[in-house]
Amino acid sequence: MQKMILIDLFNKRLIHRSLYLLGLLTLTFTGTISAKEYSILNVSYDVSRELYKDINVAFSDYWLKKTGDKVNIQQSHDGSSKQAAAVIAGLEADVVTMNQETDIDKIATKGLISKDWLTRFPDNSAPYTSTTVFLVRKGNPKNIKDWDDLIKADNAVILSNPKTSGNARYSYLAAWGYALRKSGSEEKAREFITQLFKHVPVLNTGGRAATNTFIQNNTGDVLLTFENEAFLIAKDLGADKFDVIVPSTSIEAEHPVAIINPVAAKKGTQKVAEAYLEFLWTDAGQEIIAKHHYRPRNPEILARHADQFAHLELFSIKDIIPGGWPAAQRIHFADGGLFDQIYSR
Amino acid sequence: MSQSSVMPGFRPTIGFTLLYLGLVVLIPLSTLVFKSFELDWNDYVHIITNKRVISSFRVSFSTALVAALIASFFGFIVAWVLVRYSFVGKPFFHALIDFPFALPTAVAGIVLATIFQPSGFLGKLLINTLGVQVAFKPMGIVMALIFISIPFVVRTVEPVLLEFESSMEEAGSSLGATRWQVFTKIIFPNVFPALLTGFALAFARGVGEYGSVIFIAGNIPYISEIVPLLIVTKLEQFDIQGATAIALTMLVISFVMLLLINVLQYWVRKRSGQL
Repeated sequence: MQKMILIDLFNKRLIHRSLYLLGLLTLTFTGTISAKEYSILNVSYDVSRELYKDINVAFSDYWLKKTGDKVNIQQSHDGSSKQAAAVIAGLEADVVTMNQETDIDKIATKGLISKDWLTRFPDNSAPYTSTTVFLVRKGNPKNIKDWDDLIKADNAVILSNPKTSGNARYSYLAAWGYALRKSGSEEKAREFITQLFKHVPVLNTGGRAATNTFIQNNTGDVLLTFENEAFLIAKDLGADKFDVIVPSTSIEAEHPVAIINPVAAKKGTQKVAEAYLEFLWTDAGQEIIAKHHYRPRNPEILARHADQFAHLELFSIKDIIPGGWPAAQRIHFADGGLFDQIYSR
Repeated sequence: MSQSSVMPGFRPTIGFTLLYLGLVVLIPLSTLVFKSFELDWNDYVHIITNKRVISSFRVSFSTALVAALIASFFGFIVAWVLVRYSFVGKPFFHALIDFPFALPTAVAGIVLATIFQPSGFLGKLLINTLGVQVAFKPMGIVMALIFISIPFVVRTVEPVLLEFESSMEEAGSSLGATRWQVFTKIIFPNVFPALLTGFALAFARGVGEYGSVIFIAGNIPYISEIVPLLIVTKLEQFDIQGATAIALTMLVISFVMLLLINVLQYWVRKRSGQL
């Protein structure tokens, strides 16, 4: 008898619940008539994973408050050039956020991004920058302070292959720029780069793989990588194991963004995709960027976080290579280029 | 009226076989051929005869060969022990043999690099005792390839050893043959074709291996750069034609080598009376 009552109660509850659910569904349904739900995909490079996780949450909140529309942002991360190839092959990205112009240019030549993407947003469409610094073992046992120290004696330098890694391309160009500006001759710069790569025992294919070789496999005396990656390692993976060393001068690495027009048009996400990228320039976006050790473009926010950035003289790629990225690609990294010549016999 | 075949179901099974091979093997492979047809002959030759490409072929094939030889030697001993002797924990060792099959090769690569690097457990030992550095040298590639290819040898030799009739051995020894003679004259010739198959599988696997090698190889051009890495490098530079040209060449060389091994195997079988 008691059992029967229990079942009855249970059923009543079930009915109540169902009614409640039905009501809720009706509400959501009528709600969706005014509010829309969007889903956009951000295809990005390897080490930006942590940054965009924060950006996405902040932007969804911001967009919901502003328009009442929901937006889900999915992220995809891998080597920068690999990601560009995937987008060209048909990965339906609404936006791409890369670590250098070359990769976005490559997508643009396939007609997926408007040719004038570089001027579409402020600051060369790059909402933040970074630079190449050194990471050494705690206490700096090899006493590495600047670029010249890298090629001393038996120092082993870890960086990835500039042909496959954007991160390494910046490291290479930073070294090139340092030597070129110091000596004033390309001949000397070439000699310096050749010497430098004689001290490289392992060439990894991507930035994270190089990090792995240095911190996990305990190989090498110094790791050349982006400032944000170096600080991430020094802070999160062992404050007691690594020190960040700031050289006297290095390259300014711009990290540009762009909208993939055909995809956004097809999915009807142009407005939200554009707002997503513009959000990176807002105060809220710039604050998150600074928190992740990328250098924000907003001078006030940069000043506020000055203590977490290295103080050094920065040069841009155009300062050392007239013609910028396309020329750098052609002269240095193309097959048979300067980088290949280092290893040729 | 057509007479039904001795083996029933030939037509549906051959149909299925052809469909399966076509979908899974031939179509993907033909893409490789068609993609490289976009190049004319001169471009193709130019890509293939590049010094760096040739060096990587040398590195890939020589390391795979050495690794397959070593894996065949030790794989044979392992299979022998597993078949002929019983000892505590044998099922555990059996499972251990298959372990490299299940492990993602990249994980194997990272683990091997960690222990064989100069400051690692085995790496330090090898440098101190023999003065050889394994990790980040061609030796490292060989090491990784032995690790991933040894199960192929063990698992192909094992069933042959299991089925091997001990009556032949007994006949040999009762006629006065020494243990060594029994092994070289009776056991080894019978197992040799299977060992060749194992060797071929190990070699083929080694030539195409990527994941486990890149972490331990060092990837220095002309010294420790393998063909698969060069292909990936080309792909990441959006040079799809160059990559397919190298891939196709590698495929052809591998196919010819495997064919030769198969012919050799056929010859050995025939000679030892197994065919």
